[in-house]
Amino acid sequence: MPQSAEKVLDHRPLFRQPEYVEMLKNKKEKYEGGHPDAKVEQVADWTKTWEYREKNLAREALCVNPAKACQPLGAVFAAAGFERTMSFVHGSQGCVAYYRSHLSRHFKEPCSAVSSSMTEDAAVFGGLNNMVDGLANTKALYDPAMIAVSTTCMAEVIGDDLHSFIEQAKGKGSVPQDFDVPFAHTPAFVGSHVNGYDNMIKGIVEHFWKGKTATPGTKLNIIPGFDGYCVGNNRELKRILDLMGVEYTFISDAADNFDTPSDGEYRMYDGGTTLDEVKGGLDAKATLSLQNYCTPKTMEYIASFGQQTASFHYPMGVKATDELLMKISELTGKEIPEALRLERGRLIDAMADSQSWLHGQKYAIYGDPDFVYAMARFVMETGGEPTHCLATNGTKEWEAQMKVLLASSPFGKGCQVWAGKDLWHLRSLLATEPTDYIIGNSYGKYLERDLKIPLIRLTFPVFDRHHHHRFPTMGYQGALRVLVTLLDKIMDTMDIDTNEPGVSDYSFDLTR
Amino acid sequence: MDDYTNTPEFNEKLIEEVLSAYPDKAAKRRKKHLDVATDKGTDESGNALSECDVKSNIKSIPGVMTVRGCAYAGSKGVVWGPVKDMVHISHGPVGCGQYSWSQRRNYYIGKTGVDSFVTMQFTSDFQEKDIVFGGDKKLEKIIDEINDLFPLANGITIQSECPIGLIGDDIEAVSRKKNKETGKTIVPVRCEGFRGVSQSLGHHIANDAIRDWVFDKRETGYEAGPYDVNVIGDYNIGGDAWSSRILLEEMGLNVVGNWSGDATLAEIERAPKAKLNLIHCYRSMNYICRHMEEKYGMPWEEYNFFGPSQIALSLRKIAAHFDDKIKEGAERVIAKYQPLVDAIVAKYRPRLEGKTVMLYVGGLRPRHVVNAYEDLGMIITGTGYEFGHGDDYQRTGHYVKGGTLIYDDVTGYELEKFIEKKRPDLVGSGIKEKYPVQKMGIPFRQMHSWDYSGPYHGYDGFAIFARDMDLAINNPVWEMFDAPWKKAA
Repeated sequence: MPQSAEKVLDHRPLFRQPEYVEMLKNKKEKYEGGHPDAKVEQVADWTKTWEYREKNLAREALCVNPAKACQPLGAVFAAAGFERTMSFVHGSQGCVAYYRSHLSRHFKEPCSAVSSSMTEDAAVFGGLNNMVDGLANTKALYDPAMIAVSTTCMAEVIGDDLHSFIEQAKGKGSVPQDFDVPFAHTPAFVGSHVNGYDNMIKGIVEHFWKGKTATPGTKLNIIPGFDGYCVGNNRELKRILDLMGVEYTFISDAADNFDTPSDGEYRMYDGGTTLDEVKGGLDAKATLSLQNYCTPKTMEYIASFGQQTASFHYPMGVKATDELLMKISELTGKEIPEALRLERGRLIDAMADSQSWLHGQKYAIYGDPDFVYAMARFVMETGGEPTHCLATNGTKEWEAQMKVLLASSPFGKGCQVWAGKDLWHLRSLLATEPTDYIIGNSYGKYLERDLKIPLIRLTFPVFDRHHHHRFPTMGYQGALRVLVTLLDKIMDTMDIDTNEPGVSDYSFDLTR
Repeated sequence: MDDYTNTPEFNEKLIEEVLSAYPDKAAKRRKKHLDVATDKGTDESGNALSECDVKSNIKSIPGVMTVRGCAYAGSKGVVWGPVKDMVHISHGPVGCGQYSWSQRRNYYIGKTGVDSFVTMQFTSDFQEKDIVFGGDKKLEKIIDEINDLFPLANGITIQSECPIGLIGDDIEAVSRKKNKETGKTIVPVRCEGFRGVSQSLGHHIANDAIRDWVFDKRETGYEAGPYDVNVIGDYNIGGDAWSSRILLEEMGLNVVGNWSGDATLAEIERAPKAKLNLIHCYRSMNYICRHMEEKYGMPWEEYNFFGPSQIALSLRKIAAHFDDKIKEGAERVIAKYQPLVDAIVAKYRPRLEGKTVMLYVGGLRPRHVVNAYEDLGMIITGTGYEFGHGDDYQRTGHYVKGGTLIYDDVTGYELEKFIEKKRPDLVGSGIKEKYPVQKMGIPFRQMHSWDYSGPYHGYDGFAIFARDMDLAINNPVWEMFDAPWKKAA
C-alpha cells in the first residue's frame, strides 16, 4: 500500500507507485482499445516533420490552441480599472463565470462581474427584461458607482441594442436616469480580447465626453491596454511620472483592484480611475496609449476632440522606455530627471554584465501583438535573436510593422512573423526550426513538454506560476526584471543540462 | 455520525437579513432558494435525517452574480471533454474553449496531440462571416482537417456554443455526412450556453448524445464477464477515478469503462453490455444510467467514495450486487485499509476536531463530502448546489443535520454575507469564491479542482483530503492578517 499517514502522497508521487502503474497498464491493455504503441510513436514523430508542418500551416478552418481570448474578457478587464465599477455582461451567464475564473486564475485575486443571465426565452424575445431587472439588482446588491455593460455573442447574434435597452431600463426606473451606465458591444466573433478592451474604454470615454468640447490643459491621459502585468506596471509607470513631475490620469487602472491586501476585509472594488478623472480626461493635454493594438477606436475617438495622441507598443526594454519618456517630456515640457537617467544606466550596466550569456540566444515569442513587438525589440537589444514571432490576434498591419522592426536590427534577420497562427502551428514551426527558448504564457508549457524547449512566462495568462504580475515589466526597472527572468531561465537550463555527475561535471560552473 | 446541531434561529435570521438587500421582486424569488434544514428523525440505521426544502433548477436572476455556468460547460467541460481519444471541437467563437482549456484537471494517460487530446483547445474560432453565412461548411472542413492532422483521433464531438443554435446551423447533417465518409464516430452536441438554466442541462444533453450517437452504432465484440462494471460520473479530477478503480479491482471487480475521466470511446461503446453501472456523480450522469436500465436492463447503484465511512458503506452496497467472492473482497479491502484510516484520523482529527465548514459546489459534492469532513470531526454548517435539482436536495437530507443553512444557486452577495456572519473555519467552493473568502481571513479549499491537489476519492484520496484540510486551516498565514500596531490601538 503506497499511502501512509506519515508521508501522504498526492497525485504527483501516488500514481507512479507500482500498484497504480500496474493498474493503469492493465486498463490500457484490456479496456482502452487504443492504437499500438509503435503506431503512436510513428505518428508522434511524423507530427514533428516538415511534411506535417506544411499540412498544418495549410489549415484553413480549424484553430488549435489559439493564443487569444474573446472580446468581453477584454471589456471586463477594462471596466475593472474604474472606481467602484461593476461589469455587467449582457447575454448567457456561463460566459461571465468563465471571465471571472480566467482573471482570478491569473491574478490570484477576486474578480467580480455579473450577467444578465439570458436563456432560451430571451433568445426569442430579446433580453430587455433581463437588462431591466439585472441593472436594478446589481445596483441594489453591489452598490457600484458605475455599471459597465458589454455583451456576450448570444446577445450580439440576436441583435440586442444596448443603448436602447439601457435607456428603456432607466425609463422603467431600473437605475436612476443620471446613474452612469456606459456600454460597449463586444461580439466574440470579431477580433479578440484586445478589441473588447478597446470597445469598453471607448464606451466609457464616450459616455462621459460625448457632446462636450475639450479645453486642453496640462495633464496626460495614459491608457495602459490589456495587461496581465498591470499590477506591477501601472504602479511603476506612476512612479516614473511622479519622478518627472507630470500630472496624469490613467484611463483604466486595474492595479489596485487586482491586488487587494489580505487584512480581513474583502474589497469588492479597490482603486481605479475615478469617474471625475475620466470626465477630466477630456481636458488633458494629450492621451498616450501604451498598447496600440488595444486602442485603435478609442484613440481615434479621443483624437476627434482635437487632443494630441501617441501610441506605443508596450513600453518594455531600453529604447521603448526611452521613447516613452521622451514623448512624455516633449508633450509636457518636463525634463527627464537625472534619477531616471541613472536607472537607465543601471539597466544598461546589468545588460553589459550579462551580455555574453544573452548574445545569440534564439527565441520564439508569442502573445498579444503589442507584447510580441516589445519583447522582440528588447530581445534584440540584448543581442538575442527572435526567430518566430507569433500573434494569433495579430493583423496584416501588425505583421508589416513587425517586419519593419526586425529589419531595423541585424539580430532580427531571418525572423519569421506569424500573424493569425496558433500554438499548434508554433509546435510545427519549433519542431522543424527550433529555438533556444520560448517566450509566452502558461499555455506554452505544452510546447515546452513536446519540444523540450524551455518556456519563459512573461505575458498573460500565467496560471501556473505565482505573483509574477506583481512586478513591473515596463520602464527601466521592468526591463531589469525581464532581463533577470531571461537570465534565470538561461542559467537554470545550463545547470540542468550539465548536472549529471560522472558525465558532465565540467561545465557545471560555480561562477558565470 | 457525530452528534452536533446547527442553530436554526441564527440561520433563519441571516436569510431574512440577506433578502432585505434585494429589490422586492428579486427577494421574493431568492427566498425560495434559501432554507434551514429541518430535522426529520432518523433512518432505519439510526442516522439523522433532515429536509432541505428549497426551489432549485430554475432560472438565475439577472444581475445578482450567480456562480453558475452554462450548458456548454456541462457538456464540453464536464461530460465529453475528458474522453481522451476523441477531439472535442468548441464550435463557435474562441472564448468558451479558451477559458475551459485544461482547467478541470481531468487526468489521463496518453500522448497529447497524437492519440489523446484532453488538454488541447480545438475551436472553429467563429468570425462574423460564419455568423452571417452559417458555419456548416467550415465545420465540414474542420472535421477533414482534424482527420488529416490527428489521424489517431478515434472520433470527434461538436460542442455547440451559443451562436450555433441561433443561426440555424445543421450540425447533425454535417455529422451524418462526415460519419458516412470516414466511418469515424462524430457526435453533434446541442449544448448552446443559453439552453437551460445552468450546467445541468448540458449534462443531460451530453448524456442524450451518447445515447443517440454512440450506443449501438458499432460492433464492440465485447462479452461481459460476471464481474464487469462501469464507473459512471467520475471525471478523474486529480486522479479520483484511479484511486477509486484500485479499490474496485482489489475487491474483484473489473472496471471495463470509466466515464468519463481517462475514458476512451471504446469504454463508452461497450458500457451497455457490462453487468452494473456504479454512479458517483448522480447529477451529471443519472440520465444515461436510467436509459441503460430501461433499454438494456442494466441495474445501477449510487455510491460515495469520499471518506472512510462512506467508502465502506459503498463497497458493501456495491458488493451486495454480486456473489460471496466479491462480498469477501469488499470486506478484505475495508480491513486492509482500516489501519491507514486509523492512522490518518489519529493524525489529523485532533487538528481539525470541531472546525466548522461551509460548502458551495456543484454536482454531488455539496452532500457527498459531508461525511468525509465528519470522519475528521468537522462540522458542516452550510451547503448548497450551483445547479442541483429537487432529487439532490432530497438526498442531501441523508447527509446534513437539521439546522444547516441551505442555499441554492447562491449569489455572490448572499454567499459573502453568509460567510461573513457565520465565519466558518473553512469554506469549500470554487475559484471565483476562493480569493474573496481568503481576504476575509477564512481558510479555503477549491472543491471543484481539489485546489490543484487530489485525488480525494478512495482511501488513498482520503489521506490527501485530510492533509489538505489541515494545511488550509492550520497554516500560520491566517494569524498575520492584523498589523500588530493596529491590534494594540
